[in-house]
Amino acid sequence: MTFVLEALVALLIVVGAVFTFIGSLGLAILPDMMRRLHAPTKATTLGIGALLIGSLLYFVGLKGEFTAHEALITLFLFITAPVSGMMIAKAFILREKGVRRELPPTGGDTGWATLDPAKPTPTRLPAPIEKS
Amino acid sequence: MIAFACIFAFALLSLACLLAGYRLVAGPDPLDRVLALDTLVVNAIGIIVAMGIWYGTTLYFEMALLFAMVGFLTTVSFCKFFLRGNVIE
Repeated sequence: MTFVLEALVALLIVVGAVFTFIGSLGLAILPDMMRRLHAPTKATTLGIGALLIGSLLYFVGLKGEFTAHEALITLFLFITAPVSGMMIAKAFILREKGVRRELPPTGGDTGWATLDPAKPTPTRLPAPIEKS
Repeated sequence: MIAFACIFAFALLSLACLLAGYRLVAGPDPLDRVLALDTLVVNAIGIIVAMGIWYGTTLYFEMALLFAMVGFLTTVSFCKFFLRGNVIE
């Protein structure tokens, strides 16, 4: 049982390291920004998740001590990685004029949601102060 | 077996940090550098976790948690700055 658990932990560590490395390799060698964005946001997140789950299994199953830190880090990274990827893509589309012309059509009635002007939101004026 | 896996992970994660550092230095767009910083933070979290397994202590995981939070805040505030020219309006 211990051997199986050790093998599982070692496998998870190796898989996590390999996926993290592939993510950074894609960041270094892919040719353009939008393609470069894929590698760290997908492969690196998967790799770090595998590494943290391996660490959680190691400390719970083999050391017998439970800490919530790994689960918290995994949850936090899995929540924040899509948000930061979307923020970077949005900032890139809005900054670069040349990218907007190369965007493919959306195939629907509306265009790209990032580029559509925002509808004016009805602002409610504060109530006038009654003078007594 | 776990020790060998940790050494393998150290080697690959260090190489990954070097590749992200290359993109940080050579990136043509400022957003490339932001993305490289984000990747560098995630690689540092991986190294810290592997170090915790190697030494058999959970002491360092608080550091990894802080790294995760600070890295996310850095990325979002950099993007906000590049979009609007200001972080807090």
